[in-house]
Amino acid sequence: MRLIKFQNVDFMRWRRQAIILSTAVNLIALLSFVVQGLDFGLDFTGGTVVEVGYQEPADLGKVRAALTRGGFDAGAVQYFGTSRDVMIRLPPVENQTSAELSQSVFRALSQEASGKIELRRVEFVGPQVGRELAEDGGLAVLYALIGILVYVWLRFEWRFSVGAIIATVHDTIVTVAVFSLFRIEFDLTVLAAVLAVIGYSLNDTIVIFDRIRENFRKVRKGSVLDIVNRSINETMSRTIITSGTTLMVVAALFLFGGPVIHGFSLALIVGIVTGTYSSIYVATAAAVMLGVTRADLAPVKKEGEGLGSLP
Amino acid sequence: MNRYPLWKNLLVLGVLLVGILYALPNLFPQNPSIEVTAARGAKVTAATSGEVEDTLKKADVKYKAVERLAGDKLLVRFVTSGEQLRGQEAIESSLSDHYNSAMTLAPDLPGFLRDLGIQPMFLGLDLRGGIYVLIDVDMEAAVDQALERYTGDIRTLLRSEKVRYLGVTSDRGRIRVRFRDAAQKDEAVELIGKEFPELVVDSGEDDKAFFVKVTMTPAEEASVEKFALQQNITTLRNRVNALGVAEPIIQQQGDRRIVVQLPGVQDPARLKEILGATATLEYRLVDTQHSVQDAVDGRVPPSSKLYYDRDGRPVLLLRRVIVTGDQITDASAGFDQRSGQPAVFVSLDSQGARRMRNVTTENVGKPMAVVFIENRTVTRMVKGKPVKERVRTEEVISVANILEPFGRRFQTTGLDSSNEAHNLALLLRAGALAAPIEIVEERTIGPSLGQANIDQGFESVVIGFLLVVVFMAVYYRVFGLVADLVLLVNLVLIVAILSLLQATLTLPGIAGIVLTVGMAVDANVLIYERIREEVRNGNTPQASIHAGYDKALSTIVDANITTLIAAVVLFSFGTGAVKGFAVTLFIGILTSMFTAIMGSRAIVNLLYGGKRLQRLPI
Repeated sequence: MRLIKFQNVDFMRWRRQAIILSTAVNLIALLSFVVQGLDFGLDFTGGTVVEVGYQEPADLGKVRAALTRGGFDAGAVQYFGTSRDVMIRLPPVENQTSAELSQSVFRALSQEASGKIELRRVEFVGPQVGRELAEDGGLAVLYALIGILVYVWLRFEWRFSVGAIIATVHDTIVTVAVFSLFRIEFDLTVLAAVLAVIGYSLNDTIVIFDRIRENFRKVRKGSVLDIVNRSINETMSRTIITSGTTLMVVAALFLFGGPVIHGFSLALIVGIVTGTYSSIYVATAAAVMLGVTRADLAPVKKEGEGLGSLP
Repeated sequence: MNRYPLWKNLLVLGVLLVGILYALPNLFPQNPSIEVTAARGAKVTAATSGEVEDTLKKADVKYKAVERLAGDKLLVRFVTSGEQLRGQEAIESSLSDHYNSAMTLAPDLPGFLRDLGIQPMFLGLDLRGGIYVLIDVDMEAAVDQALERYTGDIRTLLRSEKVRYLGVTSDRGRIRVRFRDAAQKDEAVELIGKEFPELVVDSGEDDKAFFVKVTMTPAEEASVEKFALQQNITTLRNRVNALGVAEPIIQQQGDRRIVVQLPGVQDPARLKEILGATATLEYRLVDTQHSVQDAVDGRVPPSSKLYYDRDGRPVLLLRRVIVTGDQITDASAGFDQRSGQPAVFVSLDSQGARRMRNVTTENVGKPMAVVFIENRTVTRMVKGKPVKERVRTEEVISVANILEPFGRRFQTTGLDSSNEAHNLALLLRAGALAAPIEIVEERTIGPSLGQANIDQGFESVVIGFLLVVVFMAVYYRVFGLVADLVLLVNLVLIVAILSLLQATLTLPGIAGIVLTVGMAVDANVLIYERIREEVRNGNTPQASIHAGYDKALSTIVDANITTLIAAVVLFSFGTGAVKGFAVTLFIGILTSMFTAIMGSRAIVNLLYGGKRLQRLPI
């Protein structure tokens, strides 16, 4: 069976439009960071999260009222997964340990609830730890980028590396921007997903770059654009099938994995889509615009490098 | 063409068999169980099983089996977690004098697996429920305390060597000793330098006096901090063990943090009471010479200090301490025989016992007080910045007349409840913390949420896997089936390696497995697309298979190494949940490369190698 037949699509014809589109999307993303900011989760801000399970669907208004009567500055009250599970986010409270806090919240809610309620989860992160996690998280993204780029640098010509850098940064920004634009909570698992997106996006880029390099050495006629187009066409069905299957499993995670990893799977979905797009229209397009030539790759005589010649 | 040498086939087969063996324990259900261990002074014997079984029968709780384990432990298996909970209550209420009980999950393995010592995957707290606590050790306080000790030591040294000094003070990380004349100062510099080589001694003078500045060397400071951390870990371990928790994890994290993970524990309030409080007792004589009222009005005599008891009544005590908490060697909770009040029975070391005997002998008939001291560190936000503050509570818990001289062992009453007596005894017994601690992160996950997480995680793995399997079979036909088989082996290998390493499986870890299933397909797709291309270019089926695997290899390796780098960074940065994701991602990439490159080639070679083929079913 063969679903996808790409022979001679001139992908690079739209490279200028694509660059404009990508730039526009990134500008919107950056604007959103400035205007909206990111809705950082408990992991980064510090504070307390209490999750309570009710026996029948809970009324958020009543829960909020019960909290106010209990003397709590109810930060955010929302459903978590089902309408029987309620998540309450409280800002750090002076002079009170999280155990005391969560217990008194639970008591306040129990008094007003009609049936028995269950304390399902309490998470407390101190302000110091929150700040450290945020800093370490930023550093982790940076280190992952640097590490991967060093590898690409060693394996490919510099124009490819620059293309890969731009594409990866593009994907990171777009993924995070979705969380900013739609005000979705950005927590530690989402950060992990962003790092996985970095890995995935490069994976996709490298498959195309590998083919371009191979074709430069193998095919003797045709312009740079012809060869780039040919390489993209040749890898296209792989690109679509792999992104498709990965999207399938990530969608399964999103739909069935439970609310705790909702943000995580959403980040992966966004990352896979943008990662696939950016391999062609950001990474490859950038490398072409930077002026890759046949001469850059031609001198290498050995064909088909395997494990043995890895740096 | 396309034949594997025997050793390669055997290697693939061997890896597969070992993988299946190690993955096997995960197929067996985990029973909700209770682990019973002996409390102080008791032993788990054959009779204990009978005792436990009787208790459960009496409480009408159904159980599956009672087993004796190595290391003086008893394991009671249940079918449902509801029965486990009721069982725990029954055992707690009737046997808690002699035994500690803790809830746990025990895999129901057949004998041969148990004999091999093969374990199922270690489930993280988000999957099994429990408490995760990150503790920060106050290193500044540890250094201050060390400096305080040195201040005392220097004072004693100078006094015993008859060097006259004006005063010894310590503040902001250094000790200052003042002298009237230079000769005394020089002598002190030499003495201190000789006695304490780990200190840096500087001398100087101002218009009033000569002085010596003493600081700790950086190496000494580092060793004080290291000791404080180690001592705290030991103390916390003692306290946690006394709580009776199955499979607790207590680990150092970074330079000043300690992670405590307690699976199955559901009462964070009590845990924190035990972990966080650095409680101790002091025994002091009551000042009967001076008026308490005068002291309350602000005229506290220099030899005394004003305290308050639990009801806020003022008590004036002598500054001199008879015995402090670190001289206590043992403590246990019980009830006072005469009054029936909750009491703590305390034993002292020889030095403490001697002082106690001397003081009480001299002061029969006079009142003595017990002061309860608790140190806690809290973080407040001041102008948006976290500021640490140490809170010290000192309160008099009992005042009683000394009826007769005290010996090595005596009792203290005046506590609010038997629960409090129990906690205090536990704290005194488990030793003191070398430095105050603060809980900076805490996560409690209820058992039902843990089960829900397992179910949902498992469900999403199965659904994702099935989708991919169906797609591959339809799209690549026979080769697709090969890919599916390889994918299944890949899953088995991931589970096997996780079980072998006993790495913690978390919910993001399951997500990592799902993600690798998606990405593992990639290697197969790369190979198959190559083979199709070769076939389209007019190559023979055998040559196409060969070229397909060969040419895809470098691409697969290149593409996977980048993800591997991301996984390594994730792991080194990661805490808890994120680390779980990094581990499964890392393992998944390695196994998927092995299975897609070697495993699928072995199968394809077995199917088609050396045969005359007209066309390929791809």
